[in-house]
Amino acid sequence: MDLTREQLLEAYRKMRMIRAFEEKLGDLVTAGKMGGFMHLYAGEEAVAVGVCTHLGQVDTVASTHRGHGHCIAKGVDVSAMMAELFGRATGCSKGKGGSMHIADVDKGMLGANGIVGAGIPLATGAALTAKLKKTGGVSVAFFGDGASNQGAFHESLNMAANWKLPALYVVENNGFGEFTPTEFVVPVKDIAVRATSYAMKSLIADGMDFFDVYEKTGEALEHCRSGQGPVLLECKTYRFAGHFVGDPLVYRSKEEAEDWIQNRDPLDNFEEHVLEASLVDVDDLRRIDLEVQEELTAAVEAAEAAPFPGLEEITTDVYCTAGEGA
Amino acid sequence: MSRKLSLGLAVNEALHIAMETDPDVILMGEDVAGGGLREGDGIDEMGGVLGTTRGLVKSFPDRVLDTPISEMGIVGTAVGAAMTGMRPVVELMFIDFLGTCLDPLLNQAAKLRYMLGGKARIPLTVRTVTGAGMQAAAQHSQSLYWMTAGIPGLKTVIPSNPADAKGLLLAAIRDDNPVIFCEAKLVLGATGEVPEGDYEVPIGKANLVREGSDVSLIGFGGTVPICLKAAKQLADEGIDADVLDLRSLSPLDEEAILTTLAKTGRVVIVDESTPRSSVASDVAALCVDQGFDSLQTPVRRVTAPHSPVPFSRPLEQAYLPTAARVIEAVRSQG
Ligand SMILES: Cc1ncc(C[n+]2csc(CCOP(=O)(O)OP(=O)(O)O)c2C)c(N)n1
Repeated sequence: MDLTREQLLEAYRKMRMIRAFEEKLGDLVTAGKMGGFMHLYAGEEAVAVGVCTHLGQVDTVASTHRGHGHCIAKGVDVSAMMAELFGRATGCSKGKGGSMHIADVDKGMLGANGIVGAGIPLATGAALTAKLKKTGGVSVAFFGDGASNQGAFHESLNMAANWKLPALYVVENNGFGEFTPTEFVVPVKDIAVRATSYAMKSLIADGMDFFDVYEKTGEALEHCRSGQGPVLLECKTYRFAGHFVGDPLVYRSKEEAEDWIQNRDPLDNFEEHVLEASLVDVDDLRRIDLEVQEELTAAVEAAEAAPFPGLEEITTDVYCTAGEGA
Repeated sequence: MSRKLSLGLAVNEALHIAMETDPDVILMGEDVAGGGLREGDGIDEMGGVLGTTRGLVKSFPDRVLDTPISEMGIVGTAVGAAMTGMRPVVELMFIDFLGTCLDPLLNQAAKLRYMLGGKARIPLTVRTVTGAGMQAAAQHSQSLYWMTAGIPGLKTVIPSNPADAKGLLLAAIRDDNPVIFCEAKLVLGATGEVPEGDYEVPIGKANLVREGSDVSLIGFGGTVPICLKAAKQLADEGIDADVLDLRSLSPLDEEAILTTLAKTGRVVIVDESTPRSSVASDVAALCVDQGFDSLQTPVRRVTAPHSPVPFSRPLEQAYLPTAARVIEAVRSQG
């Protein structure tokens, strides 16, 4: 494995931050302090961080309604995210987008998306830009197993494969689309097999294991970056919380959920692995846990103290004005 | 007999009745059962993201179809099934998702009968949720009924209360044409008296929900309670308002609109959608075009601005029409 101690600690920090961020949001929404439709990423941290650890500034990511984890993994500022979710003027989208549209284009994060599957062609377009402008970058689409049933998925994969675009399609198969188990609506066990129809390379990773995701992504990106075309990477994972905050979870068994949460937590897996191999000290991890909590507390305080956008913002940003920057 | 139900429960009751009375009625959509057929301890169905279709899968296990997230496929399949003898009811979770299934509605359902010289029938109902008010942001808060209402061959209805919801949905399902049935978020949870049993509210008929003689407030769906609230406050100032609930956006009850206009000479239309090419503009044009002689003041429209729906709470609240803005519009007529 080619990761340094610093990189490992950074990966752990991101995963811990995602977990803590999502837990905080769950509390805030439940307490009525934050509104909107809120889809939490807890349980799936190893996927976003395992993939994004390979990415740099030149690379882009398109995400989903469950997008906070992808943002944090791609380096979006947590304070600006928190302010956005509170609908404040200091938010990364001036409070106008909220959870389902959380983004920071400057960081190569093209946005969460309220339309299931819509990020997939956007990422394909970003890969087209990378190819035509020869930026050397790759574009990653994160999406759920449910989204792989949209035409947008199939149309994009066909185009990307045909044009040999530097695109990585990461399907986060958490076994459910909202409340419906995947096997109810999809006749194949692995979404990865869908790549075959587009003569595309595919890989399957254990989405609860950072190291497996990291390794498979490395292999996939080597393929993309060397001009051989796109890859479909399926990560088998599980969302620990409901589909959205407030989901009564009547449609899945407690035993099933507990088994994943108790025995397959990606943060526990990571910790076990790095400590066993003596790659980092346990004190480092606990120090990061504290730092993450402090950063989050500060982010919430700053967001709550920040002003709401002025009402004139309702009608700004609808169109660009000639000569004005983005 | 009647009892108090929410609009969502009234819709649920209409679906039960429609499926009981006609074996060709099928229900399709994402999570309309939602885990309901899964065997196992303590597992139950969700009955849709807002719980509107709860209980149906247990009563009609073969006719309630959980679909993949494939709106183009779902609506297109429903059009094909409708054309060949079924009477499908599709749930399109939010009308914003129209973007992912427009062709089967725009170019298929709406035009097949015409293009085939009257030889096809498309008895399809698409139930969908419209509007803002839940901080669901720009892609889950739109009021796009103006799009479907503008397409010849489609009908579009939008109830403002539970009793109308039940009767309009039964009428929509039994109509041989494709009907878009809108459930406005602003009134989805509101309760009201709902008659028991099987009844229909005719499509294309508006309803005068309050009688007055000084001004006509015209609303539909979520804006009817706003009109009624404004009417109450105006009454305190001695201005007595007629409140007309359109209920059906296409066909439009032109007669009812012109009748209230002839009575008051003064019209304010309240519409939750953006203003361009809107129902509000359509009704305003009708008033000017056909009712010009009755008009004593300019026609006013109270709508959302020409912008997407913002997420931030104070911005979303200011985006939506309110009773205060309706009253302001009435005052501005002089
Ligand atoms: C076009 C569209 N259809 C339906 C929805 C409603 N919806 C939001 S999330 C979701 C489930 C998505 O499942 P999946 O892609 O597997 O992602 P997961 O939520 O499991 O992460 C659905 C149906 C939507 N937002 N957009």
